[in-house]
Amino acid sequence: MEITVNGKVHTIEAESDTPLLWVVREQLGLTGTKFGCGIAQCGACTMHVNGKPMRTCVLPVGAVAGADITTIEGIGNQGELHPVQQAWVDAQVPQCGYCQSGQIMSAVALLASNDDPSDEDINRAMSGNVCRCGMYGRIRTAIKSAAKNEVAIYDPKAKGAQSSNVEEVTNG
Amino acid sequence: MGKWTRRSFIAAGVVGGTALVIGVGIRPGNRNRKLEQYVTSDGEHLVNAWVKIDAQNQVTAIVPHSEMGQGAQTALTQMLADELDVDWDAVSFIEAPAEDVYANGPVGKGFVLGDTKIPNALVGTVDGLFQTVANSMHLQITGGSASVRATGVYGMRVAGAAAKEMLLEAAAKQWNVPVASLTAKSGMISDGTRREPYATFVAAAGELQPPYTPKLKTADEFTIMGKSKPRLDIPSKVDGTAMFGIDAKIDGMVYATIAAAPVFGATLKSVDDSKAREVKGVLDVVKLDDAVAVVANSYWTAQKAVAELDIEWQNVGQDTVDSKSIFEQFQNDITAAVANGDVKADIDAGDSDAAFASASRIVERQYKVPYLAHACMEPMNALALVDQGNCEVWTGSQNPLGFKHQIAEAIGFEADNVKVNNFFMGGGFGRRSRPDAAIQAAKISMQVGKPVKLIWSREEDTQHDFYRPAVLSKFRAALDDAGNPVAWENHYVDKHEPAEAPLIPYAINNQAIGSVDSPTHIPFGAWRSVDHSQHGFFTESFMDELAIEAGADPYQFRMDRLKAHPRHQKVLSVAAEKANWSGPLGKGQGRGIALQESFGSLVAEVVEVTVTKGEVSVDKVTVVVDAGFAVSPDGVKAQMESGVLYGLTAALHGEVSIENGRVVQGNFDTYPMVRMDTAPQIDTHIINSMESWGGAGEPGTPGIAPALTNAIYAATGTRIRDLPVSQYDLDVDFVESDSV
Ligand code: FES
Ligand code: FES
Repeated sequence: MEITVNGKVHTIEAESDTPLLWVVREQLGLTGTKFGCGIAQCGACTMHVNGKPMRTCVLPVGAVAGADITTIEGIGNQGELHPVQQAWVDAQVPQCGYCQSGQIMSAVALLASNDDPSDEDINRAMSGNVCRCGMYGRIRTAIKSAAKNEVAIYDPKAKGAQSSNVEEVTNG
Repeated sequence: MGKWTRRSFIAAGVVGGTALVIGVGIRPGNRNRKLEQYVTSDGEHLVNAWVKIDAQNQVTAIVPHSEMGQGAQTALTQMLADELDVDWDAVSFIEAPAEDVYANGPVGKGFVLGDTKIPNALVGTVDGLFQTVANSMHLQITGGSASVRATGVYGMRVAGAAAKEMLLEAAAKQWNVPVASLTAKSGMISDGTRREPYATFVAAAGELQPPYTPKLKTADEFTIMGKSKPRLDIPSKVDGTAMFGIDAKIDGMVYATIAAAPVFGATLKSVDDSKAREVKGVLDVVKLDDAVAVVANSYWTAQKAVAELDIEWQNVGQDTVDSKSIFEQFQNDITAAVANGDVKADIDAGDSDAAFASASRIVERQYKVPYLAHACMEPMNALALVDQGNCEVWTGSQNPLGFKHQIAEAIGFEADNVKVNNFFMGGGFGRRSRPDAAIQAAKISMQVGKPVKLIWSREEDTQHDFYRPAVLSKFRAALDDAGNPVAWENHYVDKHEPAEAPLIPYAINNQAIGSVDSPTHIPFGAWRSVDHSQHGFFTESFMDELAIEAGADPYQFRMDRLKAHPRHQKVLSVAAEKANWSGPLGKGQGRGIALQESFGSLVAEVVEVTVTKGEVSVDKVTVVVDAGFAVSPDGVKAQMESGVLYGLTAALHGEVSIENGRVVQGNFDTYPMVRMDTAPQIDTHIINSMESWGGAGEPGTPGIAPALTNAIYAATGTRIRDLPVSQYDLDVDFVESDSV
C-alpha cells in the first residue's frame, strides 16, 4: 500500500484496518504525532488529511490511500518553524509537551480556514485536544497572536507543502 | 557511596555545607569512574559534578532532575549560571545520569522534614544526614517540588558560587595579584588590564580545595535569576523532535501491550491465548505473575490480540470491595479509633475537650474525596532489552536512579548490570516515580529475547495507577457565644506526606488533629501535591463553613485569624484585591477563596463561578503565589496555571470508583478532563517575599477545589462536601441561605 505523508510517497506494509497513527509512528519513524487514548478523545494523534485535522488513532490506513497526509514534522519550512509553532515558542506554551503536536495541528487547521478566530471558534476547534498540563490559556494566546501576525498557512494539497508553501512572516 | 572517603564527603559538604555538590570525585587524584565519561575531550574539566566548563568556555550544568514540563532544568541552570557569572547563552544543560553519585539528598530532606525551618548552623549536618538516607534509598526524584527549593538553593547556587571563587583564586595565583583585585563577569576574569576566559583557569582551579562557604549573591546582584528565560526544552516540543519514552527506538524492537489483573493483588490463574495467537503479526504471548502480555510486530496488532485473550484471575478476596464499602470502612475505623484512643495525633494543642465541653455551639461536618488517577497524557510505556546478563531500559522517569535499582531487584540482576536511559515525560505528576511498566518490559524482554517496547492502553493506564487515596475527613469545631471557633478537631484516614498537610495556620487555640489507619487494597501513589490535594479541600472548606456560621465574610474571617502570619495575610489580601473580592456579582455568580501553604510556598486562590441551570462555569481564577523568590517568573506562572487546571479537573470531574475490587473508569470518556471550552481564565500574581524559596510544581493544586466549592456555595447555597462536583445536582433556586 502507498500513502503520501508530508509530500513524500511511502510504501507501507499493514493490515488496512491499522490506524494511520501507528503506521506513521512505527513504519515511517515519524514519532512527533502521539498516542493518548486510542478512541478519538484526546487529539494527541491529530494529523491533517487533505488539510482537515483528523484523529488518526481511529483512522484506518486503508481509508487514506491517495490522500495528502501532513504531520507535525511536515508543517515547518526546512528547519524553520511554522508561524504557529513560533507563536507556541513565543507564548511558552508547552509544558510536558506531549499533547502539543496535536494542539498545533488543530490550530494550524483552524487558522487555515479562519484568520481571525473568536474565543468561540477556538473553543470549537480546540476542545477535542486535551492538555493534561492545562496550558489552554497559553494555547489561546498563541493562536490569537499567530492570527494577528497574518500567518500564511501552507497548502496541504500541494506536494512538498512543507518546503514550498510557507511564506515568510514579518512580525507586527 | 562506599567508594567515598570521609575526606571526600567532607570536601563535598564543604561547598556550602550541603554535601550535595559532588565535585570531589572528579578533581585530579580523586577521579570518579562514572563521571569521568562526561569529561570527554582534552581541555575539559569538571569543576564539580554540577558544572562543567570546557575549553571553549561553554558551561554545562549537570542537572539531577528530569524534565516533565515543570521547567526545573531551566530554573536550575539559571541558578547556576547566575552565581557563576556566565552569560545565559553560554550555558547548556544535560540531565544527570542514573548513577548513585547524583542521589538527591535534599529531596529526601524535603519529604521527611517537610517545611521545618532548620537553624543555619545545622544545615550541614542535616544535609549530610539526609544525603546518607537518600543514597541508601537510591533517590533521584523529581518530585516534592524539590528542584528549585532544594537542589537549586542548596546545590546549584552554591556550586556556581564555589566554582567562581575557585576560578578567581586560580587566576589570582597565576597572575600573582590579590583575589580582591579581580572581577568575574560573563565568563571572563579581569584584573583591569588583562581579561581571560574562565577556561584558562579551569585546570588550576581543579587543584584547589573548594571554598568552605562560597559567598552567594544577594537579590540585587542577580542578573539571570528572577528573569523569565525561555525554557530550554520548548523548541523541541513544537516540532515533534522531542523524544519521549514512547518514541524510543532500537534495532530489532518489537511491540507489546498488556492486560494486568483488574483486581489489585490478584494473580494469573490461567489463560487461553489461542485466539490471540491467531491474529496476524502476533509473535508471542507472555505470562507474568499478575498479567499477560502480547508481543507483536505493531502496537496495534498487540492491542487487537490482547482483547482476544481469555484470562482467569486468582482473586484473593478483594473482589467484593467497592467504593461504598471502602467509605463505610473509613467511617467505622475512625469511630473505633476515636473510641479506643487510637488516633495518631498530628497536633494536640490546648485543651480541646474542655473547649468542646464549654462550647456554646458545636459544628460538625464531614468531607470525602475519591481515588484519583494521574492520567498522564503519555500512557505508561518502556522499552527494555535484557541480553547476556545486562538490562537496558529506555523510558521517562521521575526517578531514574530508583528505577535502576528497582528493576535490578525485580529481575534478579545486580544494579551495575542495569542501565536506564531517561527521556522526556509526557506528564509525571508523581506517577512516573513508579517503575512498574519498566519492570514488566524487562520481564517480557527476558522471555522473548528481543528488545520490547511495552505500551499500555489508556484503559490499562487508568486502571493500574497508584492512586491519590480516597479519604474521609471529619471535623468538629467549638464556637463561643459570638460564633468564634475556639477549638478545631479533625480526624481523617490515610496519612502520607507531607506530614504538615492537615495543619492550619489560623489562630484557634485548641486543636486536635490526627489520622487513623484504614488500609485498603488500592495502591497508593503520590499525586500532584500529595496529601495537600485532599487536606487543602477539607480544611479550607470547613474554615469557610465556620465563617458562614459566624456570619462573617470568608476572606475577613481568615484574615482575622492570621495575625501571627503576616506573609499569609499578604498573600490572601493581595488575592482578594486582585480578584475584586467584594465587587458586585450577578445572579448565579459567586466567589470563593482559599489559602494553602505547601512545599514551602504560599498560594491563595479566588474562584469566580456562574451557575446556570445546574451547570457550573468557572469564569476566572486569581492566583497569588509567594514562593520566596521566583527564579523564573513565567515558569512559576505556568506552574500555577497547570496546578490549577490539574486540581480543577479533579474537583469538577475526577473520580476513580471501585466496583468488585477493580477500577471502573477507563478512558477519557469516563474519566473526563477540563478542556479548552471549560478552562477558566487564570490570572497569576507573584510576590517575592525573599523568605526561604519554595516549590512551584505542586502548590497551585491544593487551593483550587475549596476555592471552587466555596464559590459554588456563595452562588447557590449548596455546600459541596464530597468531590467531584459533577455528582451534585446544582439545579437549584437561588435561595438566600445561611444553613445547609
Ligand atoms: S490518541 Fe487519538 S484522539 Fe487520543
Ligand atoms: S503540555 Fe503536557 S499535556 Fe499538554
